[in-house]
Amino acid sequence: MGILEVKNVGKRFGGLQALGDVNLSIAENTVHAIIGPNGAGKSTLLNCLVGKLIPDTGSVMFDGQSVLGRKPFEINQMGISRVFQTPEIFGDLTVLENMMIPCFAKRDGSFEMNAIGSVMGQKDIIERAEQMLEEMNMADKRGMNSASMSRGDKRRLEIGMCLSQEPRLLLLDEPTAGMARADTNNTIDLLKQIKEERDITIAIIEHDMHVVFSLSERITVLAQGTPLVEDTPDNIKGHPKVREAYLGESADQ
Amino acid sequence: MLGLNKKDASLLLVVVILTMFAPFFLNPFPTESAMAQFNAGYPDLMQRFVIFGIFAIGFNLLFGLTGYLSFGHAAFLGVGSYAVVWMYKLLDYNVLPGLLLAVVVSAIFALAIGYISLRRSGIYFSILTLAFAQMMFAISYSDLIGRFLGISLTNGETGLQVYTSDPQVLLNDWETVPHLLGLIEMRSTYTLDLAGWSFDFNAGYYFCAFVMILAFYLAIRIFRSPFGLMLRAIKSNQQRLNYTGLNTRPYMLAVFVISGVYAGLAGGLMASMDPLAGAERMQWTASGEVVLMTILGGAGTLIGPVLGAGFIKYFENIFSKINENVLHTWFNFMPDGLENFVVAIIYPFIGKGWHLTLGLMFMMVVIFLPGGLVEGGQRIAKLLKRGKKDDDGANTATATKPAE
Ligand SMILES: Nc1ncnc2c1ncn2[C@@H]1O[C@H](COP(=O)(O)OP(=O)(O)OP(=O)(O)O)[C@@H](O)[C@H]1O
Ligand SMILES: [Mg+2]
Repeated sequence: MGILEVKNVGKRFGGLQALGDVNLSIAENTVHAIIGPNGAGKSTLLNCLVGKLIPDTGSVMFDGQSVLGRKPFEINQMGISRVFQTPEIFGDLTVLENMMIPCFAKRDGSFEMNAIGSVMGQKDIIERAEQMLEEMNMADKRGMNSASMSRGDKRRLEIGMCLSQEPRLLLLDEPTAGMARADTNNTIDLLKQIKEERDITIAIIEHDMHVVFSLSERITVLAQGTPLVEDTPDNIKGHPKVREAYLGESADQ
Repeated sequence: MLGLNKKDASLLLVVVILTMFAPFFLNPFPTESAMAQFNAGYPDLMQRFVIFGIFAIGFNLLFGLTGYLSFGHAAFLGVGSYAVVWMYKLLDYNVLPGLLLAVVVSAIFALAIGYISLRRSGIYFSILTLAFAQMMFAISYSDLIGRFLGISLTNGETGLQVYTSDPQVLLNDWETVPHLLGLIEMRSTYTLDLAGWSFDFNAGYYFCAFVMILAFYLAIRIFRSPFGLMLRAIKSNQQRLNYTGLNTRPYMLAVFVISGVYAGLAGGLMASMDPLAGAERMQWTASGEVVLMTILGGAGTLIGPVLGAGFIKYFENIFSKINENVLHTWFNFMPDGLENFVVAIIYPFIGKGWHLTLGLMFMMVVIFLPGGLVEGGQRIAKLLKRGKKDDDGANTATATKPAE
């Protein structure tokens, strides 16, 4: 049994069968990549896991519990954190404040009414947030307005915010999309470091094969809403079906 | 001090000083001088300053922090007024029971309206709140519920007021006007005449000012609290918040209720100053006014809404007082033809036409000072600072560009 079990999941948008019959099992403490051509249904699948979309059919079990019908915040509280395709952070808040919010969510749950005490009096939260910024190598940016950072730094902050919740499963949707090479390498290094240092399961959607092959232990290839194959990176590289459906010209190079 | 950091504490202190000495600040011109018409230090107007200040502070907690624009906050204002007048009718002229009821009833209404309106965000939320307020206005104006129950609940178009036939079970002989615990009547005013100046110290004003200071203090605490941080996070990126395990609905509902209670309290104070309550207090123009006040002063800032409320109420008063005759005396020095021409141009902007002036002022602020009066103040402060620096470094002007 994997930590995440997706069984027979289907999702239709009007006339379009975005997901056909997806079965996927992600083992605990592995990095599992999901690849596939544009429009294959990767983001749709991920949205079904975090409560943004509700699949028409099938089941999604996380650690033995169904996530279907739960709201995004409830699923997050179960231990699934998500990184978005374009970094989603709190642009109007400082870097430190950004980091404090998931710390509050971790400590107090989904709602806590403390309207009188001062934020600055929350010593444990500030300490934890600062420690997390330290780990992300962002301590020097703590007072900065987060909107003014580079895309790579925003991504780094977003990943740090997710990690501060100590999730058991981290989902990343094209974390390096639209990034300059330096930022991409930065992000890969960060993810590698996370994988080495933490007990965490990571599912990553990615187009950049360099990223995929340097990080993942298992790869699922999705095409037209159904998984084509699932295997180790080495086997995927040479798989004829995959070359045909996805890697195509890039494999010939 | 008081659980505030230094900067907030000094801001609070400034507000306390300004409100306590307002009767002086607002009457800078001697009574007999031509400028006396620009004085604002009379009880009725000063009361309005602080009451609308409370209204705007509360509105800003919702709009300034979360970005949710309610267009129906006047509904709570009206509810608060009705609650106070009802307590006059049932008990006596002591304002405290009424204000307590105003808080409770506006909280209940805000809970119900917020629960439904917060199912949507953005423009749909605004429209829902507007719809609720207009429904409540219509119901009050026709006293629909009262007629259904066979009693006079809001007294329809006439407005709710106290009649001698009302129960007033706690009424003493001496009670004829609103008072605080029998200690002091709201209308009682001490006038200090000082070498041509005259200053009014009104009990009702000081009572409202005291409530406003409390309201302001509480707002600072909310701004700086973890709850306030979450509200700012909602404004910044609601999606991220949801995927960070936080449930935005109860946060929104809580701040909507708090903000509604501020409005209810302000409405209650209106009826505490003048024992009347009418449906027009709930009309959409009143809801729009508090939006203008908050944006004009600076939404999302602490002091902005108070400034905006004061600004609008002051100019409303000044501009609506000026009439054609006043204009003619002002421009008397001009040749007759020119005088009439100038008066004819200005005339549409004064008196009843004051809303035209307000509209223009609002446009100017939104276009040139999107951060409101507070931003204007900050810019002036910056200019002064820079000017000073330039003076100091006049000799080495090119070499000392301030590194920002
Ligand atoms: N909310 C929606 N409504 C209608 N159609 C949708 C919706 N979301 C996705 N689709 C369609 O479903 C299909 C799968 O989309 P999805 O975004 O999951 O693909 P993807 O594999 O993530 O592609 P990419 O690599 O471009 O991100 C696409 O054809 C897309 O147009
Ligand atoms: Mg996608």
